[in-house]
Amino acid sequence: MAINQPMLKMNMWFAKNPGKVSGTVGGLIVISWLLSLLHAGMPAEAIMYAGGIVGTVQVALRAWSALKAKTISIELLVTIACLGAMGIGEPDEAAIVTFLFLFGNVLEARTLAKTRSAVKDLTDMAPEQADVVQADGSTVATDIDDIDEGDHVLVRPGGQVPVDGIVTSGTGRTLEAVITGEAKPVTKEAGDKVFAGTMLDSGTLTVETTAAGEDSTFGQIVELVEEAQDAQAPVARFIDKFATYYTPAVLIIAIIVGLVSRDISLAITMLVLGCPGALVIGAPVANVAGIGRAAGTGILFKGGATVASLAAADTLMLDKTGTITTGKMLVHTHKNFAADENAALGMLSAIERGSNHPLANAIVAYATQKGVSEPAAPDMSTIKGLGLASADGKYLVGNDRLLAKYGVTISADVQAAIDDAQNAGDSVVILAIDQQVALVVGVNDVVRPGAAVGLAAMKKNGIKKIVMLTGDNRAAAERIASELPIDEVRAELLPQEKLDIVNAAQKAGSKVAFVGDGINDAPALATADVGIGMGGGTAVALDTADVVLVKADFATLSRAVGLAKGTTRVTTQNIVIAVGTVVLLLLGLLVGIVHMGSGMFVHEASILLVIANALRLLNKK
Amino acid sequence: MKLAIMKLDGMTCPSCMQKIEHAVGGQNGVQDVKVLFNAAKLKAHFDPEATDADKLASVVQELGYTVESIKVKD
Repeated sequence: MAINQPMLKMNMWFAKNPGKVSGTVGGLIVISWLLSLLHAGMPAEAIMYAGGIVGTVQVALRAWSALKAKTISIELLVTIACLGAMGIGEPDEAAIVTFLFLFGNVLEARTLAKTRSAVKDLTDMAPEQADVVQADGSTVATDIDDIDEGDHVLVRPGGQVPVDGIVTSGTGRTLEAVITGEAKPVTKEAGDKVFAGTMLDSGTLTVETTAAGEDSTFGQIVELVEEAQDAQAPVARFIDKFATYYTPAVLIIAIIVGLVSRDISLAITMLVLGCPGALVIGAPVANVAGIGRAAGTGILFKGGATVASLAAADTLMLDKTGTITTGKMLVHTHKNFAADENAALGMLSAIERGSNHPLANAIVAYATQKGVSEPAAPDMSTIKGLGLASADGKYLVGNDRLLAKYGVTISADVQAAIDDAQNAGDSVVILAIDQQVALVVGVNDVVRPGAAVGLAAMKKNGIKKIVMLTGDNRAAAERIASELPIDEVRAELLPQEKLDIVNAAQKAGSKVAFVGDGINDAPALATADVGIGMGGGTAVALDTADVVLVKADFATLSRAVGLAKGTTRVTTQNIVIAVGTVVLLLLGLLVGIVHMGSGMFVHEASILLVIANALRLLNKK
Repeated sequence: MKLAIMKLDGMTCPSCMQKIEHAVGGQNGVQDVKVLFNAAKLKAHFDPEATDADKLASVVQELGYTVESIKVKD
């Protein structure tokens, strides 16, 4: 260990100051050139040797550390080439090659950091500390890693919620866009769930921790994205494997060429040209930039393979409820048969207010929005499967069977209104007062805003067929589909049947992307070539889907398809650039116009070119 | 088995990742090691009887990479 200490220190210094080393080498090269312009041959050559040696030592140190780890690295090729160049009296080649190599590394590190910036913005948002409430009521700022489940933490107005947990006291409004994509503040009070990474817009909350740090939903999102960026597309994995054998192969070929041709200059030039730089970095860098960009806009890809399969998808299958529609019930139509419409709606709302049924909530929201005044609600009891009725039968709220049970006559007009609503796929709620039908209300969930535009955009982006799958009745499904560019509707399905449809399409040769909320369509999500979860950053969606849309809307879905295509395109371009560069360099070598220095220059230029190409993805809309 | 998570600095090429994985993976008591190149993180499961996180960190530093922080979880 003692022997290694100075070497370790030197290695560390070099690793931390690559700019200084390449600057020194560059400076020595320039001084040497100036001196030779002044015809000072000897000192010029000596200084060039100095430059070559400084550069080579730096590269050799890295090559050595890699060798110790049993890896034949690019640095080893460059080291041997430079030692060879100095050996045959070409110190300028050695100096220039190491300068370009080191300077190129500095530029690469800078630009690579940029491709990672989108994810860094995300990780920088991770909470680091929490104010833990002590037994005496005071708070102690505690590192997030030391927070345990059950700890109570205090969140102050304007502060960040540091943990996932349940509110135990206080009220406030949180901004949860990072987890749910919801831009509007959400009101929180005792018993509500809050998420780490969200902001407390106003109010003060005390939160009982359920998960902190990497275990929180936010932590899982960060981890997912970090792992995804390293999870390569199949083409990149192939190249990675190829590169492992490629570098030693180049070394062996160069040795053979040197032995056969007895031309050391040719052999060492081959070593430099053989560096697999752009080839190794071209595909992964596209992956990093594409996945990073996506994460910054609320699209979480689970890896390069997912990006590739979404880009290749030609069939899009969507679940209806909660995916194409918001899953929230709204009043779709209402028809009045009472003398005073507002009074009837007020009474209906007053009665429904006592119920927790989704249909009831929709009606109350509708009446509130209309601004009708509510009378005191009569005492109602539930008639199972039919609706609500007051004890004397004066007030009835429910379906047509409830009315029949209480002997209310249904006129032709009323029947027409009920039929219309049912044909449109609505659930029907009828209010009858004193044996007279007062209101017929149709309730349905609504299509997400932007669905038509988003689906149309995807058709332009290479999706050939859009299929809607639903467990609902055909009338409801057809009504929704008629407003949208949907090619096929499959209704009245069980979860198993959704899976069968995905399977059948795949057997017929389609590449299927399935979009669902991950709750009742998990099997289909898992079976499709790529499963897209639209449920926001919920645990279910994070587990089952390959792509998670934090913001559940169609503009985001369409952007995900666009980004996947863009990333795949950049990957292909980069591979073409990299392979093309190697081919051109070898041709140039054969006709004798490429030398060590110029070869390294083209090489480094091609690396920067593929990185710059990938950086374009960061600005992609 | 404990899990060591290290935040690294100075990884510029995927071959750095290979080097680190080889070197740390070759240590006695290390069950598995994964280097996340883009996040510049190392995650290694190790047997606390046989080695410790500081030892693993010094292996990484010997290769010429800075270890910015070390976290150990059960």
